[in-house]
Amino acid sequence: MKSIRNHFSLVVALVSILFSIQVFTIIERSISAYKENLASSYSIIVVSQLSIDEKTMKSFSSLVDEVSELNPDHVIQRLNTKIDPKNLELLKLTLPNFYKLKLTHFPTPTEVENLTNNLLNKKSITKVENFSHNHDSTFKLLLLFKDVIAVFSLSMFVVTILLIIKELKIWQFMHNERMSIMGLFGAPIWLSSAVLFRLAIVDAIIASILSFILFTYLSTSFWVEEQLSYIGIEIIFFDQVMDFAILSGVALFLSVLLALLIVIGHKEEV
Amino acid sequence: MDRVIIAEDLSLSYSDDETIINKINFSVNSGCFVFITGASGSGKSTLLKSLYGALKPAQGSLVVGGVEISKVSKSKLNFLRRHIGIVFQDYKLIKEWTIEKNIMLPLIINGYEKNVTQNQVDSLLKHVRLKHQSGKYPLELSGGEQQRVAMARALSHNPILILADEPTGNLDDYSAGLIWNLLEGANTQLKTTVIVVTHNIPETMNIDYKHFHIEYGSIHEVN
Repeated sequence: MKSIRNHFSLVVALVSILFSIQVFTIIERSISAYKENLASSYSIIVVSQLSIDEKTMKSFSSLVDEVSELNPDHVIQRLNTKIDPKNLELLKLTLPNFYKLKLTHFPTPTEVENLTNNLLNKKSITKVENFSHNHDSTFKLLLLFKDVIAVFSLSMFVVTILLIIKELKIWQFMHNERMSIMGLFGAPIWLSSAVLFRLAIVDAIIASILSFILFTYLSTSFWVEEQLSYIGIEIIFFDQVMDFAILSGVALFLSVLLALLIVIGHKEEV
Repeated sequence: MDRVIIAEDLSLSYSDDETIINKINFSVNSGCFVFITGASGSGKSTLLKSLYGALKPAQGSLVVGGVEISKVSKSKLNFLRRHIGIVFQDYKLIKEWTIEKNIMLPLIINGYEKNVTQNQVDSLLKHVRLKHQSGKYPLELSGGEQQRVAMARALSHNPILILADEPTGNLDDYSAGLIWNLLEGANTQLKTTVIVVTHNIPETMNIDYKHFHIEYGSIHEVN
């Protein structure tokens, strides 16, 4: 019972740190996936009096990924019944060229503005429709969401670090006596602190396994899948190799650091 | 005869303001049994602490087992301590370890093999009459029993020097008798140098011993 209690507090602190790290990772992935979605559905319309080839269009900005010319036929078709075919042909000839630009990623408002200005600098381009109003509000919403999550993760991290500092003091009290006694009989520091490091490593392993179980369960849960499909994104919720390796590394680093701080802070009894 | 301890103009203090031991000179030959007496606060325990390097000399020189305590490095001090057995008045047993493992501590530190360790511990547990309690934890034992465990621990690795700080301070007659017998046995049979800090020298001592008395920061031999 006492042994379980010894492990419990550090394991809880470590699991909450790992939880906040993984939640932050998931949110980052979701935002990236959402941005990709937005980028694929977002485009800029360019109106030009002269025909512009794809190479020239791409030279305006590295942001431009794909250029497609919009065919005005389907608009003209709708006027077909009311206008004389000869006039229609004339209209077709006088219509400017319409281009749809797909971008490499979801741009920032500044990138949109710069690209628009670059395009408008060309004399033949008469109009650029960047849908800036819609774009700006979506982008701001994304940034706000990201900031909120960052603040949430950071505050969780800070609270957990405070928990770990408290744990450090308890451990110092718990292990100081044993380390002092061992020192009085000539034990080198690695031997007198071996129990401490063993405890730290065991706690890190327990915390990593608990996080693995928790996130594996969540990644297969129907509720999570449903939420992601609502947003229309597909992400790796928990990579059982890479994410687990990162979480284990963090847990091991923190618990060994805690043990090291105790060893450094240890003072021999006089 | 080799001298295990040599103190020359040795001064000890915990702070710059107050000197506990003031420029004392004494030496202890190998294989001697020594009592150090003195009133409470006279500096007996302080002197003992300096002998195992927990307190470094403020002035002068103190050589224990050929090691100069004032200049000793941490690793050399550890090496010296591995050859000393210490008995504390407050036992200093590791509470989360069984008494068997507590007795094993110096053997583990000295890197003895497991079978040697186990045989030695079994034999010591018999000597201190605690064989039947080997799996218990220190807090499950009485004060007298805990001190017998501490005594067994101090003897386990056949040290060259045993330092005992009021080892029978609050013990019943039975436990105190056992402790004195073990200390006498270590001295006569194993030729271990024994230094005991105490208020009173037991009347039942059957061996020759040296007696130093500390008073007002000075030490003198009592004949």
